[in-house]
Amino acid sequence: MSELITIHINETEYKVEPDQTIMQAADKLGFHIPRLCYHPKLSIEGACRVCIVEVEGMKNYVASCAFPITDGMKLHTNTKGLRRARRDIIELLLDNHPMDCHTCERDGNCELQRLAASVGIRARHFEGEKKHYEKDISFSSIIRDPDKCILCGRCVRMCSEVQKVHNLTQAHRGFKTVVMPAYNMPMSESVCTACGQCINVCPTAAFLEKNYTQELFEKLNDDSIVKVVQFAPSVRAAIGEAFGLEPGVNMEGKLVAAFRKLGFDYVFDTQFSADLTIMEEASEFLERLQGKAAMPMITSCSSAWMKCLEQFYPDLIDNVSTCKSPMSMLGALIKTYFANKIKTDPKKILSVATMCCTAKKYEAARPELDVDGMPGVDIVVTTREIAWMIKSAGIDILNIEEETPDSPLGISSGAGAIFGTTGGVMEAAIRTAYELFTGQTLVDIEIEDLRGLEGIKEGKVLMDGNEIRVAVAHGLGNACDLLDIVRQEPDRYHFIEIMGCPGGCIGGGGQPYAAANSIPLDEDCLKKRAEALYDIDRKKTIRRSLDNPDIQQLYKKFLHSPLSKVSHKLLHTHYQAKTPVGIIPKK
Amino acid sequence: MIEMKDQKIDELKEYIAATQSNDNPESYLIAVLHKVQGLFGYLPREVMDVVAKAMNIPTAHIWGVATFYHYFNLKPVGKHIVSVCMGTACYVRGAGKVLEALKKNIGVEIGETSEDKLFTLQEARCLGACGIAPVIMIDDKIYGELTGKTATELIKKYRKAAKG
Ligand code: SF4
Ligand code: SF4
Ligand code: SF4
Ligand code: FES
Repeated sequence: MSELITIHINETEYKVEPDQTIMQAADKLGFHIPRLCYHPKLSIEGACRVCIVEVEGMKNYVASCAFPITDGMKLHTNTKGLRRARRDIIELLLDNHPMDCHTCERDGNCELQRLAASVGIRARHFEGEKKHYEKDISFSSIIRDPDKCILCGRCVRMCSEVQKVHNLTQAHRGFKTVVMPAYNMPMSESVCTACGQCINVCPTAAFLEKNYTQELFEKLNDDSIVKVVQFAPSVRAAIGEAFGLEPGVNMEGKLVAAFRKLGFDYVFDTQFSADLTIMEEASEFLERLQGKAAMPMITSCSSAWMKCLEQFYPDLIDNVSTCKSPMSMLGALIKTYFANKIKTDPKKILSVATMCCTAKKYEAARPELDVDGMPGVDIVVTTREIAWMIKSAGIDILNIEEETPDSPLGISSGAGAIFGTTGGVMEAAIRTAYELFTGQTLVDIEIEDLRGLEGIKEGKVLMDGNEIRVAVAHGLGNACDLLDIVRQEPDRYHFIEIMGCPGGCIGGGGQPYAAANSIPLDEDCLKKRAEALYDIDRKKTIRRSLDNPDIQQLYKKFLHSPLSKVSHKLLHTHYQAKTPVGIIPKK
Repeated sequence: MIEMKDQKIDELKEYIAATQSNDNPESYLIAVLHKVQGLFGYLPREVMDVVAKAMNIPTAHIWGVATFYHYFNLKPVGKHIVSVCMGTACYVRGAGKVLEALKKNIGVEIGETSEDKLFTLQEARCLGACGIAPVIMIDDKIYGELTGKTATELIKKYRKAAKG
C-alpha cells in the first residue's frame, strides 16, 4: 500500500489513498457528489460536468469524476457558487428535454428527475429551441427515443466497452448530436443484439423495451382463450426491488399468486424447462464428445448471444448447441403437449413469458422457433413490465399468500434455478452430464470455480478418468475475449457457457431499474440476486435435472428420450448467419 | 461503370493496406475517408462498409467520424459544387437573393443535388473574397459581384457546357 496523502473536504482534513479521483475519494468519505455521465464500469467521459467541485487555487471548477486528488488539495463540494453552477448545468439539460414526465415510461424511476430534484430545480427559466426526432420503433425489443436523450454517452460506452457490440455512436455534433446506430439505420437492421444493457444504464427514457403491457391487459380480459404464463428464474430474484425490497429476496411464491390474480389460468415455471434444456443439452454434449459434431460445444440459451452469434461469429454456428432456450422449449410444449392435455386448440392458448430479458422479445418472434407454424411464445414481458402491471392492477404483492406453480410444467430442480446466474447453466449441465456419462451420481454438486462475477471462469471435471475442461463468460464483451481464446486454441475447452448480460440473466436488460440510492448493474446487487438463486438450489431436495419427476414423466409420456424425434422437432433449432455483419475491433 | 467502381474500390483497398503496417492504424481513418471522398465524391454507405472491414473498425464508429466533420459529404454530390458565401460582407450585399435565385434555378434546397446530378448547392462561410462580394464558388473557381440574375446565367453556362 502506498503512503496516505492529506486532502481537505469542506474544511475537514482527511488521510486518503493516493491515485484516485476526487469522486472516488469523496464517495468513500461519505460525500456523494451528483453525477451523470460517470459509471464505475465504463470509461470516464467527463462530459456532463454535473460532478463539478471547487479546488482551492484553481480558477475553474473541475469535474470530480476525472480529476485526480493530490496531497494537500483543498476541496469544496457544496458552496453557493457550486450549487448554482450545478443547477445551471442540469437546467440546460432540461431546456432541451421534452417536458412530459407525466406520460413518460420512466416517470418515477428516472435518474434525470432525481438529479433535477436533488439540485433543487423548482422553476424553469428558459424556453429555447428543442430538438425533435422520430422515435425508432422498428425493433421487436428495443425502442430508441432521441428526444429523451441527454447525451451522457453511457449507452454508447456500455454497448462498445462492456458488450463490444459497438452498435451505437454519437453522430453529428453540437446541438444536432444524436445517439444512433451506424448510418442512422433502424435498430431492427443494425447489429444490435437486443441485450437491453443500454436501457439499464440510460438515465432517462431514451432507450426502452417495446412495451406489451396494454395488449396483455386486454388479452387477460378475453374469456375465450386460455392464458398461460411462464417466468424465468431471475425474475423472482429481482422483482422485489421494483416494490422497494432489498435485492435478493426470492419472490417466487408471491409472484405465482400475483400472476393468478392478474388473470392467468396456468402458471408454469421456466425453471422446469431449464431442467429440460439440461437433459437435451447434456445428451447433445455427450454425443459431440463422441465426435458426432463440432467441439467445443457452446450454450444457446441466451437470446442476445444468439443474435450476436449470427452477426459476429457465423463461423461458430456449428459449435453452438441446437437446443432452444428454456423459454422457447416451454413455449413449444405449451402449444403441443399441454394443449393436448387440456384438450384445447393451441390457437386458443395465449402463451406469455415473463423474462429478465429484452432479447427474449426478439427471440419469441423468430420464425425458426415456431411450432407447427405458430410461435411457442406469443408475448414476452420483462420483469419491469410485469412489476408495473402488478402495481397497476392494485395487487399488494408484498402481502399476499405464496402459491406454487401448476403441474405438469411447474416443478423444477435446484439446477433449473441457478440457470439465471453466470456459471449456473454449466453447473447444472455438469450435474446431469456426469451421471449420464458415468452412470454414477456426482456428489460434490456445487462447483465453486464457476460461481462469482469474474468475466471469464474456467473449470475441470473428471468423468471416468476423462478430463472435461469448461469455461464460462458473461456479458458479450467477455464472451468476445473468450471466443478469441477458442479461435486460437480450439482444443482448450470442451464445453462453454455464454450469457449475453453482465452477471447472466440476473443482470438482464429487462430487470428493475436501479433504486434511487444505487447505480445500474451494481455488483453487490447482482451478487445478491445470484445468491437468491443459489439459495433456492440449496433448499431443494432435488438438485439435478434428471431427478425431476415431472421431467421423467414428460419423457415417458411424450418425448420418449432426449434427442428423440419429437425432441428434435419441438426443442431444437438451427441458427443462420445474418447481416449486417458485426465487426469487433482488435484490442 | 461497374468496372470503374471496382477499380476505385481496389485503389481504396491498396491505400488502406498501406496504412495498416503503421502503429495505430485506426488513426488513419480520417485520411482514408478523405480518400473515399476523393474517389467517389462522397461517402457511399457500401464503401464505408468496405473501410470498416478492411480497417476492422465498427461501422458505428466510422459513422460517428463521418458525421462529425462538415467536409464529408454523406450524400452523392453533383458534377459541380456551387457554394454560396454567407459571410457577413456577402450577406449584406445581397447573398440572400443570390441564394434564392440559385435554389430556384437549380431546383434544390441547400445540401441537395439537382435531379440531373449536375449541381450540388451548399452554403459557405467567408470565402475570403469580400472585396467582390457577393461571391459564389463553383468547384474551385470564385465568381464575384453577382446578382440573382448574373448568378443564374452562370449556372446556365455550366449547364450548357455539360450538355454540349
Ligand atoms: S426521461 Fe425522465 S425527465 Fe425525461 S420526460 Fe421521462 S421521466 Fe421526465
Ligand atoms: S440492446 Fe445491447 S447491443 Fe443493442 S444497442 Fe443496446 S447495448 Fe447495444
Ligand atoms: S440514450 Fe440515454 S444513455 Fe445514451 S446518451 Fe442518451 S441519455 Fe445517455
Ligand atoms: S459525471 Fe463527471 S463529468 Fe459527468
